[in-house]
Order: sequence, then structure tokens, then C-alpha cells
Amino acid sequence: MVDSKQQWKAWIYLAPAIVLLLVFTVWPIINTVIMAFQNDYNAMAAVGGQTFTIGIENFKRAVEYRNFLTCLKNTALLCVITVPASTLLALLISAALNSIGPLKKALTTVFFLPYVTNSIAIGMVFAAMFNMVRTVRVVQTAGIINNVIMFFGGEPINWINAGSTYWANMTVMIIYIIWNALPFKILILLGGMQSINKQYYDAAKVDGSSRSRILWRITVPLLSPMIAYVVITGFIGGFKEYTSIVGVFGETMGPVSDKGRLNTMVGYIYDTLPRSDYGRASAAALILFGIILVVTLINLWVSKKRVHY
Amino acid sequence: MKLVLENITKVFPNRNKGEEDVVAVNNFSFEIPDGKLVGLLGPSGCGKSTTLYMICGLQKPSGGKIFFGEEDVTNLPPEHRGVGLVFQNYALYPHMTVRQNILYPLQNLKGDDKLSKEEMLKRTLEVAKLVQIDNLLDRKPSELSGGQQQRVAIARALVKMPRVLLLDEPLSNLDARLRLQTREEIRRIQKETGITTVFVTHDQEEAMSISDMIVVMKLGIVQQIGQPQRVYDDPANLFVAKFLGTPPINVLKGEVRGGMLFIGEEAILPVKGVADQPVTVGIRPEGFVLDERGPLHCQLSGVEVMGRDVSVVATHEASLNPVIRSIISAESGVDTTAQEIRYSLKPHKVLLFHAETEERIPVEV
Repeated sequence: MVDSKQQWKAWIYLAPAIVLLLVFTVWPIINTVIMAFQNDYNAMAAVGGQTFTIGIENFKRAVEYRNFLTCLKNTALLCVITVPASTLLALLISAALNSIGPLKKALTTVFFLPYVTNSIAIGMVFAAMFNMVRTVRVVQTAGIINNVIMFFGGEPINWINAGSTYWANMTVMIIYIIWNALPFKILILLGGMQSINKQYYDAAKVDGSSRSRILWRITVPLLSPMIAYVVITGFIGGFKEYTSIVGVFGETMGPVSDKGRLNTMVGYIYDTLPRSDYGRASAAALILFGIILVVTLINLWVSKKRVHY
Repeated sequence: MKLVLENITKVFPNRNKGEEDVVAVNNFSFEIPDGKLVGLLGPSGCGKSTTLYMICGLQKPSGGKIFFGEEDVTNLPPEHRGVGLVFQNYALYPHMTVRQNILYPLQNLKGDDKLSKEEMLKRTLEVAKLVQIDNLLDRKPSELSGGQQQRVAIARALVKMPRVLLLDEPLSNLDARLRLQTREEIRRIQKETGITTVFVTHDQEEAMSISDMIVVMKLGIVQQIGQPQRVYDDPANLFVAKFLGTPPINVLKGEVRGGMLFIGEEAILPVKGVADQPVTVGIRPEGFVLDERGPLHCQLSGVEVMGRDVSVVATHEASLNPVIRSIISAESGVDTTAQEIRYSLKPHKVLLFHAETEERIPVEV
């Protein structure tokens, strides 16, 4: 313990961090709650000196707004599909990386690249890869994906351009998000695997386990705390999905023929900014917070049963 | 199942290129008769664990052959050898219950060996009863004491009825009392099952107490193989003599002149058939007899009472150890105030070694 006479020193040392946290984290959170419960709160009107009644009008407006359900559906779908898929894929890749010798470092670096690359930049590359423009029946320009499809004699698919279908758009987003989510998960899972005592594997070998059996009966249970961690953080990240959509589709949040079709919860919150409708934005933020809280609690409850020690 | 090692060698390449490779086990040949318990004994780094892992199949020998009975298993992977291995820290799967841990090797059986669920559970219960843990089957390893974990590990190794049971430092993680108890336990289980068993230890007392045979190793080279008592009484060289026995053997500088052993200027013992030469003399602690007219003069520095016996600590200028320790019956009455103490020696407890090669010099009886 710090001597009580010396405590003021400790506070001084902590002051820079505390001040920053108070100004940029704690106060905004409190302010969000305050704004959310002032009926029809508007930033411009508030500056003009208007006062607002207290109530849940903002939440009603947020839920009733036409885009809300679309955003919620997109966000939930992306989460439910990409988090399990990327976790499983990361697990298999980590297991493979962990069992190879010479190229391990080089490959680990390759898998880690998305983590250090700007997501808008990646999005633009994806947009180029899945691109296709055609006039009547002639393909004018096509990205590498469609080129490959055509090379094998397939019919090119309109992935993201005007007139593309919802599931074509979603497929691109799912591929993007899974690929983008891999590095962090691989990093955590590979680290976890390397810290598993080698004797368990020797014991399993003497006990005559096959490789797949070792993975599912030994590695996965022993990794369960790390797996729970990447799933929980994955869901939290997934519900905040936004930049990936902007990266691929730009601010239209969907193909130009159907703007806003792929919008997410965070996108929904941002959309209100030009209108200064901070009341609705705050309410939506709290709703998103509530959803993430519930999902995380479910995750923790499940992992309590499944995480082994 | 007879276990034969034929010129087993294991070389680990040196990490630093250009430097000499490490020979962990050098040209080890040995035949373990069926149903025997054999202790591999030596200080750390002597290659005993490497030998065990080669028998197990987790490591491949660089040279030589391993036979189980008549079958050459040198190139078989561990799962096809039919071995059970108990790890030093047990390596019980922490996420499985005791029952699941013991079941696990059975669930891995394939093809003709595949067992029905009832059969697996029956075998699990049998082996659990054998090692007396049948009341702990639903616990997790973390809820067990060290000794209980040890039993589970042995059960897991035994459940698939291995041809050879291997134990790596089986007692090193247990406290002193449990160690005594568990080594009796290992002996009993081995006798009941009749499985050829090899275990590794650095504790000579442990090896001597339960083994049918011991193998003493040093720096990858086998020093001596034999029944524990024989090796203790008749060590091949100074290393073996020093390694076996607590308290350790006392080592003194001496000389043989005209068939008589001299320590300093004192004529100690007649030694028949030994040529005149400087020698290293090893005297077992129990080889000393208090004798007012004894030939060996020592300076008394203390007496440690151990109940039944007393341990007399003395010094001698020819001693190569800091002190000379002898074990004497408590009834013989040591005068603890005396400056000097005199001993005569039991001839068969006095061993002569070549001063340079440290090989044993036989004495005619």
C-alpha cells in the first residue's frame, strides 16, 4: 500500500490518464445516457437554448425508424455467420501452423497481414476484386474473382455493383469479415497452443490418438479459455461492424441501386449525425449496448459450462 | 514380454553448428527378462529418460534395435508398440474426469481391437480397483492429491494391457512418506499384473528398494547392470560405488604396499593379490567398527543421533570428502567428548579402486 501521506503523488502520476479517460470516455458515456432520455433531443436546438422533456421518445423513434430493422438484421446475420466460421477457421489454421516447422514464421506473418492493414484499403481492394461492369451482355471490366469464374467457364456474378442481389453482397462481406477477423484469432489461439504442455501430446500419442482426435479431444478443450475469449470479443466486434461495409461499398452502405441495404447498427447511429438528431443516435447506441451486453452474458454463461478449467 | 535393447545409441545434433553432437545414449545393450521390474538409475543427463522414450517410441534411436519378445519394434510408432507410459508429472488430461482419462486410451483402439462401451467401462473399473482409485472416478485431476494422480496415471497406462510398462521418475513429485508407500504400491501392481516394467529414477534408494535389476548409467554409458544388492556390494567402479548408498560411501586416498593397504602411514587391512600401487579406497558407512585399538585414526567432529543408529562424523587427512561418515549402532556408546576416534574396518565393506581409471581392483578373499 502507498503511504497515505504519499497518496497525492500517486494521484498526480495517474492524473494524465484519468483526465483523458474522464473527458473522452466517461463523460461521453454519461452524456449519451442523458441525451437518450431527453425527448427529441437535437444538438443544434440544444445549442440554441431549447430544453427537452424527459422520456423514452428517442427509443421509440429509433425502433420505429424504417432502417432500424434492416440494420439490426444485417448486423445479427454477419455476427452469427462470421464469428463461428472465423473461429473454426482460425482454429484449424493455428493447429496447422503449430504442427509445421520451417515455414511457420513466414506463414504466420502472412496470416497476420490483414491485422496491420487499413480496413478501408482492404475494402477497396475487395471492391476491385469483386468488381464487374457489363453493358447489355458484354462484360466491360471484371475483377479477378469474376475473371477466375469465367476462366473456368462459369457465368460472371454481379457481386457488388448496381443490380446485385442481397446475398451476393452479403457473401462478399462475409468473406471480407472472416478474413479480416482471422489474424487476431490466430494470434491468440496459436499462442494458447504453444503454451499447452507438450506432455499431453506425448501422452495422447502413446495412448494411440489420431491427429484429428488429438485436436478435438485434447487441444480444443485445453484451449477452451482462449476460444471463449476470441468468440466473446468476436461478437462484440461483430456488432460494431461498420468500416468493412464502408470499405467495400462506400458511404452508400450498399450497391448504388439499393442504398443503405447493408447498413449496420453503428452505421445507423452515424446516419443521424448530419441531422444533429443526437437523441435518436444515443438511444440507438444504448440499444446496441444492451444487445452486446445480453449476447456477452449468454456467451459467458455458455462458456462457464464449456470452458474446462 | 521380454524386452531386448541391442546397441541402442541416441545422438542429438548440437544446436551450434560445427560443435560436437551430444551422445545421450551410447551403445546400450540389455535384455530384460519377462515380468521383471527394472530401474534405470543415474544422475540427471545420463540418458536414462532418453532410453525410456526410445523404448516407448516417442524418440527414435540413432542406431541399434529394440525388440519386444521376438518382434522388432525399432521403427514402430508408440501407439503400435503396446506400451504404457507414466509421465513424471503424470500428464493427466485436466479437462477429463478420472474415468474419462482412463477410458481415453481404450476409445482410441481401432479395428479388431475396438471394444464395446460396456467392455471399456468394465476394464476401466477393473484397473481402477487394481490401483485403488475406484471411488474417485468422477473427480477431475485437479481435485486429487499427488499420490492419487500418480495412481490414475498408472491406471491409464495399464488399462490397454500394455506389453511393457514404462515409468518416468514415478515418485519424484511425491513427499517422502507417500514415496515410500507408492513404491510399495508400484511393486505390488507390477507383481499382480506381471507386466515387464522399466522405470527411471535418480534416487538410488528408490531403485534399489523395488527393482529386480538396476542399470546404472553415466553420461550415456551403462556402468553396471545387476541385482540391486549385488551392484551395491560389488560395484564395477568408483562412480557406481559413490552413486549407490545413503549416506554415500567414504572415499580416501590410499596405497597398497606388499599386500597391505595403507591410508596415510597406517596399515589398515591385508589385501591379497593386489599389486603395489596408489589406490582410491571406498569404505561403506556401515563398514566401520569402533575399536580402541583399531588402525584407522580419525578426528571426531560430531555425532548425529538417528534413533536406532548414530552417525559419527569425523575427519581424516587422507579423505577425499570433507568428512568421514560412519553408521554405528546406538548401543555401542560413542564417547562424544573424545578428540580422536579409532576404527577397525569390515574387510568386505572396503573397496579398492584404481587411482586414475577409477575401475574396481578385485581383492582375493
